[in-house]
Amino acid sequence: MEYKKILFTGVGGQGTLLASRLLGQAAMKTGMDVRVSEVHGMAQRGGVVESTVMLGGLKSPIISKGQADILVGFEPLETLRALERCSKKSVVITNTNPIVPITVKLGQFEYPDMDTWFGFMKENFRRFCALDADALAKEAGTSKAVNIVLLGVLIALKEIPIDREMVLETIKTEVKPKFVEPNIKAFELGYENAKC
Amino acid sequence: MHPLLSGKSGEKLLLLGNEAIVRGALEAGAAVAAAYPGTPSSEIANNLFFISNEENSPIYFEFSTNEKVAMEVAASAAAAGVRSLTCMKHVGMNVASDVLMTLAYVGVKGGMVIITADDPSMHSSQNEQDNRIYARFSNLPMLEPTSPQEAKDMTIKAFDISEELELPVIIRTTTRTSHVRGPVELGPLPEKVKRVGKFEKNPRRWVPVPAVARIRHKVLLEQAERAQKFAEASDFNIVIGKGEFGIVASGVSACYVEDALMELGLEEKVRFLRLGFPFPYPKRLLSEFLKGIKKVLVVEELEPFLEDEIKVLLKDLGLSMEVYGKGTGDFSRMYEFDPQMVKKAISRFLNVELVEEEMPDLSNLPPLPLRPPTLCTGCPHRETYNAVKEALKEIGEEERVIYPTDIGCYTLGLLPPIQMADYLLCMGSSVGSSAGFSVSTDQKIVSFIGDSTFFHSGISSLANAFHNKHKFCLVVLDNSTTAMTGHQPNPGIEITPPGYDHPRIPIEDVVRGLGIKEVYKINPYKKKSAVETLREALSKDELTVVISEAPCILYYKKFGGKK
Repeated sequence: MEYKKILFTGVGGQGTLLASRLLGQAAMKTGMDVRVSEVHGMAQRGGVVESTVMLGGLKSPIISKGQADILVGFEPLETLRALERCSKKSVVITNTNPIVPITVKLGQFEYPDMDTWFGFMKENFRRFCALDADALAKEAGTSKAVNIVLLGVLIALKEIPIDREMVLETIKTEVKPKFVEPNIKAFELGYENAKC
Repeated sequence: MHPLLSGKSGEKLLLLGNEAIVRGALEAGAAVAAAYPGTPSSEIANNLFFISNEENSPIYFEFSTNEKVAMEVAASAAAAGVRSLTCMKHVGMNVASDVLMTLAYVGVKGGMVIITADDPSMHSSQNEQDNRIYARFSNLPMLEPTSPQEAKDMTIKAFDISEELELPVIIRTTTRTSHVRGPVELGPLPEKVKRVGKFEKNPRRWVPVPAVARIRHKVLLEQAERAQKFAEASDFNIVIGKGEFGIVASGVSACYVEDALMELGLEEKVRFLRLGFPFPYPKRLLSEFLKGIKKVLVVEELEPFLEDEIKVLLKDLGLSMEVYGKGTGDFSRMYEFDPQMVKKAISRFLNVELVEEEMPDLSNLPPLPLRPPTLCTGCPHRETYNAVKEALKEIGEEERVIYPTDIGCYTLGLLPPIQMADYLLCMGSSVGSSAGFSVSTDQKIVSFIGDSTFFHSGISSLANAFHNKHKFCLVVLDNSTTAMTGHQPNPGIEITPPGYDHPRIPIEDVVRGLGIKEVYKINPYKKKSAVETLREALSKDELTVVISEAPCILYYKKFGGKK
């Protein structure tokens, strides 16, 4: 199969690691070779948390500048920060709901005007998909499922040969029983609302 | 049951490199393991901890108070003929190195594997030392995996080699091999694990007084020579492709090389030696490899470890060829690599054009707000820092104070708005460095140490501080867990993971036991009384210890109220 380099980025606590692990599991069940990289330790404490899913037999666990095929940003500023890892061929998926960093609250920085930059992304990348994943997660019954909503969007775009059922099955086996239902709903909502 | 224990032979699991090492140890029949947690090694210890708590677990595991102790626990178990393992982050090896260097002399009976997880780029560390040098320093064999599958397979092999040579074997990972997941095919678990060994007394081996050590050094060098044989025969050294130019790499760098060759379509046009056995390197294999090429590129993070070996070997072989790598400026001795960096170096080396993807113009991007890691909302450390600041302000010392700090979440007190971390070296350095500041300045000294770090290496320095009459205030941030690395227990904890019935050692008793009289306790959430107590402690012109007790909020959510 084709090689795909998928970059997940977000803020500590948003569940980027779980999303990448679920996708990795689904890929493995689909029979694909896969590598998933994770960030642990100090970097996790409220900072930026990145993970990658490399499909199709790639051995490298990380993605260099301009090399991501798909970027999934769990937070708009983090999407913006990761744009340098994309090329014009990339697909960019982003949550639109901001998590304002402490450095903005302290007045050291200004949060960028995202509407302008969403316009830029729409113009400059092969495909661009933005949606309020937090709102959809709440609708699904758990504000924590932002990661699963975005996973739904990713699968809906059909850029990678992993189908919906395989991910749903993975959610059922990997997520704690009491969270399975809202997570499945979150996945479906992401899947249905993926437009680009 | 824990998935690493219940997984059946032939089953494929998506495992972290660290988890794969644990499974490898179980498949190899390791029966004793001990560790002090440290990123990027922590998941090895965490998984072993949970597995050891299973009913009829095949393995004993303990969180030891530091890496030195952990290595001693594993070493003596192996001396008794039981297979053992210890794991640590790269700087943990410094703590254990006193054991390591002489353990190499006395050796082992049962297989013993030491995992060192290095952290190029310092994602969670204070330096990026290259622990391959410890292999050369101690003369112990070292293996280096490139994938989770290899991490598991190498762990098993390392136990066999260790038993054969009667020497511990080191496995070196880096952040990118410890924290990558990949499919791992499980092998069978042994039907019976040798949990009980027998220590055969032999002072001429196990007690390295000078006369014995002189003999054992000779034995070590002989065994190190024999290790060559294993390096030569190892399936983990692989030569791929053909051509007149060669590339040598190991660890994650080898992954970058493989992807680059594949993406550049050069797999068949260059000879690539993937070294899984970096020490001792397979001399014959490498010699043959070098004889067949005209120039070589060495791809390795951090120190020019293989590069220097290759330069020496070329001289011995009487071969002259250009060695590309750190010496030629193709790679840096700093930080981790990335795939594109390696791809660029390879295209320069092979003189092929690298077609770059067209990137959007990001030159108009404004300066993006930084998102530094911070203490959690509601974290008790934050409250303690504020109370100390307030108390210092009240006694008019806020401007002149020095804050030696230590290793843990609370090191983040470095950042604004707290900014109460002025000096740091390593685990436990808060106490020792306070002593130095107290004799060399007339400034107020307030230092911070966590509960786990206190037990790791704070106690002996505190005994020193009291005995030598140093004057400072040590604030122990006792949050009842080892928070940064994922909530491992330590001897002082009041809230314990379920079923953890180890005797508790209250920090206050330790401090008073040393003879220190000025010992105070505060609850950082009760700000008024905390500030009052701190004001009193900080006003003293002698060594004082303030224990700030409040559990880590994340840990409390996890285990609070459960026993």
